[in-house]
Amino acid sequence: MTTAISPPAQSSHEPYQPEVNGALATWFADGWTVTWRNLSKIKRSPDMLIFAVLQPIMFVLLFSQVYGGIIQIEGSDYTNFLMAGIFAQTVVFGSTFSGAAMAQDLKEGLIDRFRTLPMSPSAVLIGRTNSDLCLNGISMVIMILTGFAVGWRFTNGVPSFLAGVGLLLLFSYAFSWVMALLGMVVRTPETINNASFMILFPITFISNAFVPAESLPRPLEIFANWNPVSALVQAARDLFGNTQEGMVRDTFGIQYPVITVFIGVTLLLVIFVPLCIRQFARTSSR
Amino acid sequence: MPIIEARGLTKTYPSKSGTVHALSGLDLDVPEGTVKGLLGPNGAGKTTTVKVLNTLIRPDSGTATVDGINVLSNPQGVRRIIGASGQYAAVDENLTGLENLEMVGRLYHLGIKRSRVRAAELIEAFGLTDAGSRPVKGFSGGMRRRIDLAGALVNNPRILFLDEPTTGLDPRSRIGLWETINDLVKGGTTVLLTTQYLEEADYLADHISVIDSGRVIASGTSDELKAQIGGHRVVVSLVRDTDSDAARSVLAHYGTADPTVSDDRRQLDVTVDEGPVALQRVLADLDSQGVALHDAGMRRPTLDDVFLTLTGHRAEATEEDNDSTQDQEISA
Repeated sequence: MTTAISPPAQSSHEPYQPEVNGALATWFADGWTVTWRNLSKIKRSPDMLIFAVLQPIMFVLLFSQVYGGIIQIEGSDYTNFLMAGIFAQTVVFGSTFSGAAMAQDLKEGLIDRFRTLPMSPSAVLIGRTNSDLCLNGISMVIMILTGFAVGWRFTNGVPSFLAGVGLLLLFSYAFSWVMALLGMVVRTPETINNASFMILFPITFISNAFVPAESLPRPLEIFANWNPVSALVQAARDLFGNTQEGMVRDTFGIQYPVITVFIGVTLLLVIFVPLCIRQFARTSSR
Repeated sequence: MPIIEARGLTKTYPSKSGTVHALSGLDLDVPEGTVKGLLGPNGAGKTTTVKVLNTLIRPDSGTATVDGINVLSNPQGVRRIIGASGQYAAVDENLTGLENLEMVGRLYHLGIKRSRVRAAELIEAFGLTDAGSRPVKGFSGGMRRRIDLAGALVNNPRILFLDEPTTGLDPRSRIGLWETINDLVKGGTTVLLTTQYLEEADYLADHISVIDSGRVIASGTSDELKAQIGGHRVVVSLVRDTDSDAARSVLAHYGTADPTVSDDRRQLDVTVDEGPVALQRVLADLDSQGVALHDAGMRRPTLDDVFLTLTGHRAEATEEDNDSTQDQEISA
């Protein structure tokens, strides 16, 4: 197109006055705008949603049907034992998306665009972690339904079940901030994806997620007992009433898993939220 | 008082091959309502200058104000009155053109309703009405650039920063975008733009600052800069490159400076005082020496000549230059 295009008459050079004023109101508005933008993305590129839906279904089915027949957990049914582990693994992996998405926005110059706007300095990060929480929530619902279909039952009542689900999502939210920081530092979405798989696979597998920790070789058992993912899995398992009878608890994290997860989440947020905001304020493309 | 004022800006980056001095004491003044072009090769410091002024990076030292607001102490104040468009069209692929602009409006805190009205207004003004409600994913490079530029106009900014606005566009889209920017400037918006294209600076800018190695090495209108190196240039194009040395000495004889010789040794040119006379004599001498010519002529100096005279190297970097300067372009 070479036709001359006249931009709207700029009769007055006064920049438009904001309609939303006040630190708190703009903080909410900006956070919501970025969340809305991220969620529109999910709507437009359904491959992401399909991945978020199909992967959990696949994991639940694979583990419960393939290994369910041979893995015997003393004092529990394997499907009941497994579910908390699958949930934890899926939400932890789901959080890596925050990092890849930050790196992608940086690469496409969108972070530069955001940073030249008078928006709240934490809004992009708030929006990012919010929308990834939504995505993880969707995965969670799908997994729960699939779990029910393969015979999983929680036995501690609905409030306790909901508390378990809430705890898993809370952890995934806090972990999103860690990944968001990584995304801004590493800056290439592909590297984030590869690196996180290299780290998260061992962390989630050398835990009590898929087999009891005491069934692991001694060095791995020690690692598993101190692994924060184990505390998360144990907390959810306890709250779902899926813990195998006669289980030995020999570390603090396994003895008091719910408290441990709360401490962990608090620490992650206290450390990584300020680090993220600081990093964001000095991040620019290339 | 100039609407953009920068004094003594410095910025260094660590890099693999040591410290890169992206800015080394850069001063800049842009009067209100004018278009200033920052001209220079890759790695000269153009992008870093713009990024300091639009609050994306903090300089190591120096001061800068935009419309009287200090960039370092009140970046949010600056952000409210500027529009900025980066080197790459920063648009969300998954949003439609309208949604992209609505998002920007909402982040300027215009409110959802007004942001939508403004988005529709800009989409229409930029001739994208038909495409406005489709995701940007399917847009051409020129359309993305338009959306990006429209995004920088959402808040009716007093000052517009454009970093290489037409890089990567085909010639038709480039000219289209130039016309758009020109129309915009008629409304009185102050524009600071960077470019590697000499004709772009020539076409758009009232004033040009030539930047090299992180500082301004010359400023003025395009004509003033050309006048600085003066005169005409005599240009000859040889049939045989074996005649190159002979032709070179003829040109050197009539020129006021050393002739430049192209890599294939067949294009030569030199600055002369009296163009027509010099051209006649050059042709006569070459003819008497039996040098065969494809072409010969006289031209006014271009900004490329200005750059060559001022810095000793061409503005439009060759492929190898590009590679060696690439890692100097990192900026965070």
